[in-house]
Amino acid sequence: MSRLATMLTARRGRLARDWTDWASLAYLLLGVLVMFLPVVWLFASSLKTDQALNAFPPTLLPWQPAQVAVPGHAGTLPLMRVTAGRFAGERLAELRHIGLVAQLLDPARPGPVLHIPVRDLKPVLHLHASWSNFTDLVRRFNFLGYFWNSVLITTLATLITLLINSMAAFALSKYRFAGRDAVFGLMLATLMVPPTIVLVPNFLIAARLDLVNSLWGVIWPGVATPTGVFLLRQYMLTIPDDLIEAARMDNASEWRIYWRIVLPLSTPALGVLAIFSVMWRWNDFLWPMVVLNRSSAFTLPLALFSFQGDLQTQWHYLLAMTVLTLLPVTVIFLFLQRSITQGIASAGVK
Amino acid sequence: MNLLEAPMRLAQKHLRGGRIGWVFVTPNLSVFGLFTFLPIVIDLIYAVTGGNQLFPAQRPYVGTANFQALLACRNYLDPNTCTRDLFWHGIYNTAEFVVLQVGFMVGLSLATALALNRPGRARGFFRAVFFYPVLLSPVVVALIWKWVLQRYGVLNAGLGALGLAPHDWLLNSSTAFFWSVFVSIWAHMGFYTLILLAGLQAIPRDVYEAAAMDATPPWRRFRRVTLPLLMPSLLVVLVLALIRAVQIFDEVYVLTGGGPGTSTTFLVQFIYQTGFAQQVREYGMAAAASLLLAAVLMALTVLQLRVTRPRK
Repeated sequence: MSRLATMLTARRGRLARDWTDWASLAYLLLGVLVMFLPVVWLFASSLKTDQALNAFPPTLLPWQPAQVAVPGHAGTLPLMRVTAGRFAGERLAELRHIGLVAQLLDPARPGPVLHIPVRDLKPVLHLHASWSNFTDLVRRFNFLGYFWNSVLITTLATLITLLINSMAAFALSKYRFAGRDAVFGLMLATLMVPPTIVLVPNFLIAARLDLVNSLWGVIWPGVATPTGVFLLRQYMLTIPDDLIEAARMDNASEWRIYWRIVLPLSTPALGVLAIFSVMWRWNDFLWPMVVLNRSSAFTLPLALFSFQGDLQTQWHYLLAMTVLTLLPVTVIFLFLQRSITQGIASAGVK
Repeated sequence: MNLLEAPMRLAQKHLRGGRIGWVFVTPNLSVFGLFTFLPIVIDLIYAVTGGNQLFPAQRPYVGTANFQALLACRNYLDPNTCTRDLFWHGIYNTAEFVVLQVGFMVGLSLATALALNRPGRARGFFRAVFFYPVLLSPVVVALIWKWVLQRYGVLNAGLGALGLAPHDWLLNSSTAFFWSVFVSIWAHMGFYTLILLAGLQAIPRDVYEAAAMDATPPWRRFRRVTLPLLMPSLLVVLVLALIRAVQIFDEVYVLTGGGPGTSTTFLVQFIYQTGFAQQVREYGMAAAASLLLAAVLMALTVLQLRVTRPRK
């Protein structure tokens, strides 16, 4: 604990410590609570059964009333702890209760039925993680289908984005041709046309091209990004032209120069764009909602959204599916945390 | 990829000089043309035609009727007197949302970036925690908070433990609006924090050391040193946040559905509902509203380009 405290308050500066250090540490700790607790709460809740979710006040861990099998009785009976009276401290199975008196049995030695006032009974709780919330999603709700749609759209869209944006950036940074500046200006101008504005016409175009309810209908409209072209162009401008001239001397084709020289040298910028693209695509909501209306074509966010309409009362499935939707992003973030945050900070665009 | 090499070689043979560049920009440019420039033209056509046919050729010309319907109000301060009251509720809600969300979010992002900019070993951890929600899908964000805020949720349980009364947070107009603002700040502030943090880290250390030599008190140090040097980043953040906030839709739509009543219905939701979620789809009305929104966004984007590319 004290090591943790030293770690949190350690500082490398020579400047004197003042109240602002403590204020900022307190602020950060409070921030961690607000930012992270809801997510922890989601994870904890997703392991509860429907029954445990309805308990109020809620508990963090999945406590669940224990059930016990009693010889001579079909199914299981709830296990109760007696808190007062002659049987205080014993654990008995409840058969039924009539009014304020419950009828119980000793589950080990089911002898005569015991009558005990309800107020002297407490249900026995045990920890029970309801993994079936997750397995049911796969068995009963085509979860894998939605997951596959999301993966497919994210992967294909990102690959196409990287390819065509880098091609455009290559031309805009390494060639002089009539109209080049106009093309660049035109691409930057598309910054002014966010997808929300062209929702209706894009639906018409998608319908015309027979892309409604097709994954390609989700993919195509967003693959040419002004952000990506700009980011890559700025990076490629820093690649020395001598390299390209040397390759031309060796009789390399223009495509080969792009593919073998410029593209590999642009890996850092491509990485940043890839991260952006994956983030945009995995989380995209409004356009997929417009262009996909058959549930078999749904992506994860769409399935989740339609679930929350249909399964209002089945939070255990809804929470499990929310967890499965954020899990891939979370795992990627855990591994690439440093490069993601630095990449975004350096690009400063979204 | 060598599949593409043969046709590219052929193209190269016929195009002299830099004109091969056109071949490289064509794929990107055609996607832009098809899904950005052409749609603007179609938007204009939709906006001046009526009916509910999807294909422009089958739609009757109505002139400025769509705009007139959207803008017709007996009293512009009271959305209920407008022909299209939902549109005006959307405008007022969006305006209020933009002011509150951007104001508080930029303030909090600045505070967080300042706190994160202090030396210390756990900074990477803190930075990651603040940034994490940015990566989440808006639907996930909304469901996380819906679960926290529901009647028998953990927030009400916590209030109960403190002896306070529970609330139906999302069923009351003013609390639903508050939580819409809160949740969207929660989801996005990490991104702006990162940009501001990068801006802070670009400030040379010796400026601070000089301030320390002069025993400048913290508040003065912030006002006179940090703030002026951070201004360019702060402006970028402000404009980006404005552009995003005007288009608020996803997370609030999932969280509240625009309700209760119209209290959290924003402009983009009006466009979506009018164009796609009604029994009778009014594409013309939706397109007209899109164009009005586009005008606002265009002004903001011009501002953005000014801010991000200072004149030399």
